Amino acid sequence: MQVPILKQGDYLIASIQSVLSDADLLQLRDNLGERVGKFRSKGVIIDVTVLDVIDSFATRMLRTIAHMLKLRGAETVIVGIQPDVAFAMVQLGLTLEGVGTALDLEEGLIYLNSLLTKRISHHGP
Amino acid sequence: MKRKSELKKIQNITQPSKIVSADYNDPLLRELVAHLRQNRTQLREEWARRITEAQLLTAMSKEEIFSEATSVYDNYVEVLETGSVEALQAYARNLSERIIPRGVETHEVVGIVLLLRDVLARSLFKKYQADFDLLNRVLDAYEPAANRIANTVAVSFVQERERVIREQQEAIRELSTPVLQVRERLLILPIIGAIDPQRARQLTEQLLRGIRNNRAKVVVVDITGVPTIDQTVANHLVKTVEASRLMGASVIITGLSAEIAQTLVTIGVDLSKMNAVGDLQGGIEEAERLLAYKVITTSDANGTEAGS
Repeated sequence: MQVPILKQGDYLIASIQSVLSDADLLQLRDNLGERVGKFRSKGVIIDVTVLDVIDSFATRMLRTIAHMLKLRGAETVIVGIQPDVAFAMVQLGLTLEGVGTALDLEEGLIYLNSLLTKRISHHGP
Repeated sequence: MKRKSELKKIQNITQPSKIVSADYNDPLLRELVAHLRQNRTQLREEWARRITEAQLLTAMSKEEIFSEATSVYDNYVEVLETGSVEALQAYARNLSERIIPRGVETHEVVGIVLLLRDVLARSLFKKYQADFDLLNRVLDAYEPAANRIANTVAVSFVQERERVIREQQEAIRELSTPVLQVRERLLILPIIGAIDPQRARQLTEQLLRGIRNNRAKVVVVDITGVPTIDQTVANHLVKTVEASRLMGASVIITGLSAEIAQTLVTIGVDLSKMNAVGDLQGGIEEAERLLAYKVITTSDANGTEAGS
């Protein structure tokens, strides 16, 4: 199943609706890469609340997406990792280094806002 | 006549439960119950005396023993008569509930039931000693029922005991890892006492759930009260910190003792992932800094309110 990508101001929100196959993840990567360029987005939120399992491929793909989008000029934050999933990922050594995480969509937005204001104030006077 | 009794014995072995239930219509059993009712006072006294003699139920007074003995005796005879152990089961559970807190042991409960069985059997021997064949048949009726009663009482007692133990374990488990919210989005998790792998697992679970339920951004884990941890638990702690980050919360660990710090260094923890502060006060201050809280005492603030 494809992941819907919503545009919300400067941000894109990819809200995962069901279990994803590897192909779906690759598709998500390609779509996000393309949309970020098209909409000139500053931030991307990937919501994984519904996922009961995040395996090594999915973790690697999420990290790849985050790093790729960073190069395209957008910050990425993964939101909604469930307690059990979080611990299972850590047990498997999948810790998403260098990728922002937040509790839920709302927190993700706050995270991106604070990150981007910081960036703007850096460039400012 | 004799053949019939033998046949019955064989059936007794092959199909005990069926025979037991059929036995309750047995005129012999009815006669037996009548005998036990008639000699109630004497047998009950005999039983209470034997209990005291055997030094069972030492936690209870003589009067208490006698009054409990009376109800057990009546229940016992009733079960012999009706064959339904349900009432006895309820009574045994109720009795266990009352006597377990007073420190009555399993062997005492089993002991008194077996004593009653013995007392009653002896009275039957005495009554039917003249006719061995009849005595045999009376015992055929009496033994399975008596065994079943002893079984029921012992099982009820042990079950009640296990229930109490389970409840207490549950209580300890809940008490051992409180997750407390001290400010909006700030949780503290004071840990006291040794951490074994099972408790560590439970701690992680509580912490991660606490983060979700309280929408926490910062968690201060205070391990001042933990004397030492082994490598497994240390690793677990590190994993918990990482898992919390995946949920968007940062963890500050406070009160690391020298031993624990050494363990962490020995297993080669990546210190960039661990935010450790000396004591709980420092930890809370650091957490407030992360959450952009600023505590101002009212005298300094000149009338403006304390807090952020």
